[in-house]
Amino acid sequence: MTAGIVGYGAYIPKYRIKAETIARVWGADTRRIVDGLGIQEKSVPGKDEDTATIAVEAARNALARALINPKDLGAIYVGSESHPYAVKPTAGIVGEAIGAGNHYTAADTEFACKAGTAALQMCMGLVQSGMIKYGLAIGADTSQAAPGDALEYSAAAGGAAFIVGSQESEWLAEIKDTCSFTSDTPDFWRRGLSPHPRHAGRFTGEPAYFKHVLQATKAMLDKTHLQPTDFDYAVFHMPNAKFPIAAAAKLGFKPEQYKDGLLVTAIGNTYSGCSPLGLTKVLDKARPGARILVVSYGSGSGSDAFVLEVKPLIEERRGLARRTEDYMKRKTYLEYAQYSKHMEEIH
Amino acid sequence: MLMVERKVAVIGVGITRFGEVWEKGLRQLLAEAELQALADARINPEKVDMIFTGNMCGGEFAGQEHLGGMASSILNLNVASTRVEGACASGSLAFRQGLMAIESGRADMVLVNGVEKMTDVSTEHVTTGLMGAGDEEWEGFQGFTFPGLYALMAKAYMNKFGLSRKQLAAVAVKNHFHGARNPIAQYRKEITLDDVYKSMMVAEPLTLLDCSPITDGAASVVLCNAETAKQYCEAPVYVAGSGQASDTLALAERSELHHVKATRLAKTQAFAQAKITVKDLDLVEVHDCFTIAEIMAMEDLGLCGNGKAGRLVEQGQTYFDGKTPVNTSGGLKACGHPVGATGVKQVVEVVQQLQGKAGKRQVKGAEIGVTHNVGGSGATVVVNVFKRGLP
Amino acid sequence: MFEESAVIRWRKYTDRYRLIGNACKACGETYYPAKEQCPCGGKEFAAQQFSGKGRLLTFTEVKAAPEVFESKTPYVIGIVKLDEGPKVGAQICDANAGDLKIGQRVEAVFRKFYASGETGVLHYGTKFRPVF
Repeated sequence: MTAGIVGYGAYIPKYRIKAETIARVWGADTRRIVDGLGIQEKSVPGKDEDTATIAVEAARNALARALINPKDLGAIYVGSESHPYAVKPTAGIVGEAIGAGNHYTAADTEFACKAGTAALQMCMGLVQSGMIKYGLAIGADTSQAAPGDALEYSAAAGGAAFIVGSQESEWLAEIKDTCSFTSDTPDFWRRGLSPHPRHAGRFTGEPAYFKHVLQATKAMLDKTHLQPTDFDYAVFHMPNAKFPIAAAAKLGFKPEQYKDGLLVTAIGNTYSGCSPLGLTKVLDKARPGARILVVSYGSGSGSDAFVLEVKPLIEERRGLARRTEDYMKRKTYLEYAQYSKHMEEIH
Repeated sequence: MLMVERKVAVIGVGITRFGEVWEKGLRQLLAEAELQALADARINPEKVDMIFTGNMCGGEFAGQEHLGGMASSILNLNVASTRVEGACASGSLAFRQGLMAIESGRADMVLVNGVEKMTDVSTEHVTTGLMGAGDEEWEGFQGFTFPGLYALMAKAYMNKFGLSRKQLAAVAVKNHFHGARNPIAQYRKEITLDDVYKSMMVAEPLTLLDCSPITDGAASVVLCNAETAKQYCEAPVYVAGSGQASDTLALAERSELHHVKATRLAKTQAFAQAKITVKDLDLVEVHDCFTIAEIMAMEDLGLCGNGKAGRLVEQGQTYFDGKTPVNTSGGLKACGHPVGATGVKQVVEVVQQLQGKAGKRQVKGAEIGVTHNVGGSGATVVVNVFKRGLP
Repeated sequence: MFEESAVIRWRKYTDRYRLIGNACKACGETYYPAKEQCPCGGKEFAAQQFSGKGRLLTFTEVKAAPEVFESKTPYVIGIVKLDEGPKVGAQICDANAGDLKIGQRVEAVFRKFYASGETGVLHYGTKFRPVF
């Protein structure tokens, strides 16, 4: 028995701040920053938004495409680094807001930027084993970064939701297979009482991001007996634009395969929402039969890889909710002081 | 059908200064007004059968509920004494209770008080507390402040009838003109249209000077059976009619957003009982918690047609010496708005006008006066009609 | 405004989170929020899900806010006429007052209102934003 995506949904807040606005405040070289990171601007949550509100809108969009009764959801998992409560699950708030009833299991996950894809794997397992009929997996964040730190240019807000089911006739895309590569790697972390994460500088590159993304991809290709040329789309986790482009090159993927999912240049890194939103953006346009590779990365560290194949039903359903690009196009720019006030509301 | 035979008269009034009365707390304000009213009526406390005290936020701003107990204990009495609450209409609701007690025959001499102490807590705390006058769940929870609610009505009114900024501001200018001539008013200084335009925006389009202030104050009146009134007072003022109506608590559920239905209903009852039409009245005290409220009240009371009040104000018709004097006390805007006291203060003003005691703001030959008091954004309205001679 | 306890919060999920009101079984009139007694005399109701779509009847920008909303000021409040008929007061989000017009289309979204201090519960509910 395999699993598939019966509904998917995205959400990105409307506010943006330009990298050059941040650079000006800190007296940094705008050109060097923008060229180095490949990020023009990032999304910023509204003062009344948080991971729960983002997760709810993404979930409602997924339900709109799935056309299922929310009470048939057997599991809800929300992955984030910015859950509103340290103790009281975002998944329960989402369940109440979407009318999921009471007969479902739920929990929140944390694994830095791959908490959402971990949730997706959990749903796949429950669905494939026959334990539940449908599972809802969400990756959403209102990412935080210390003012003046390099991460400030990329830490963004957004989320994506996927409803997983076992009935082939309901699939918008089949999830052919998944595998992961995990270790204990201290590249980026946040202690409980600390408002902002810390990172290990250049150590976040080769031994962290690249090792796990490359290894997970190789394992996935081996397991499925596929090569990079067999894919129409490839979505890699995007802490910036440089890393995924370099990883793609090392693995043998071409720009025309990864450009559609590379939304980091326009909205920044939405952490647990990052590769999930790359996937929703691809699903918004991919033709039936298209093969998609998704490889997430979460610091600490781990990568989850997925191979998906798009189904004909997607053409009927994709128009039932707003596309990822509809949210990307909706923009209001903030000055730095306004941005700071928005970020203060997260705590 | 209304079967009231006993008539009621006002034989004494008392009122504290309205403003930031730092030196007096809730009890002291209430005591001052009670004692002044009894002295004005030339009676000893023992003659009082019943006491009603209007107050909205005694608990919220002073930790003090149970003002019925306080009002009688100040006077060393054991009579029936009750606190009455209906948001900003608390004062006139207390008045109504007193009126009905005498009309029913249950009492002959009733002391009616209104009191509010608002300056012991912060402005934000006051804003928060006053939101209890609306719908907590659907307005309070969502940050619908009172200026916000009236701003919503102002926008709806302006969208339907058109109303210039000047016409709206003219209400505030006129009320300050009157306030400057009222010895107990909070604001005794005249203001200009420019002052209104330049003041801080509170909830668009209402600026600070479109809004009534935060005020401490108390007012009291003594009511008695009309047949015995002349024993105590040379020129008693008689209650000719009274009406009260209610409407939805939440503004969103009203049938119209640009007028106050409960005002029209209360006015119809009061005018019918008093056997008057709007042409008969010589002055009216309306509930101008915000300038727009006075505009809507003028139309709801029938002083002019819908959409016409702005013009009337702009032309100066509503000054004390104009065709239709409105808020000669200075209104809530300039006299001040100690919430629970306002309804009783309005009675005090009308009584003083009808007795010729209104000094520099006297309406010449005033014989019939009307009070109009609103709770919240219009969920409660009381309209009373007073006459100089026995009706 | 009374700072709602966690329990008051919990009791209001159905109407605040999901726009569920009721419909009179006798005359079919729909209400949001749910009504206890229908003007037609009916006392029996069925639950009614509202679509969350409507038009803006009036709105204003609040600049002097109560304590819990101080950090979020200025904010916009308005009255929305839902497509199904009932009118509801709500905060209007994702827009400046200057960009709004009476009569424009709005839609319901799930947002955070405020936190009960640093350690208290979070209060969520429904706001309306311009349709895009």
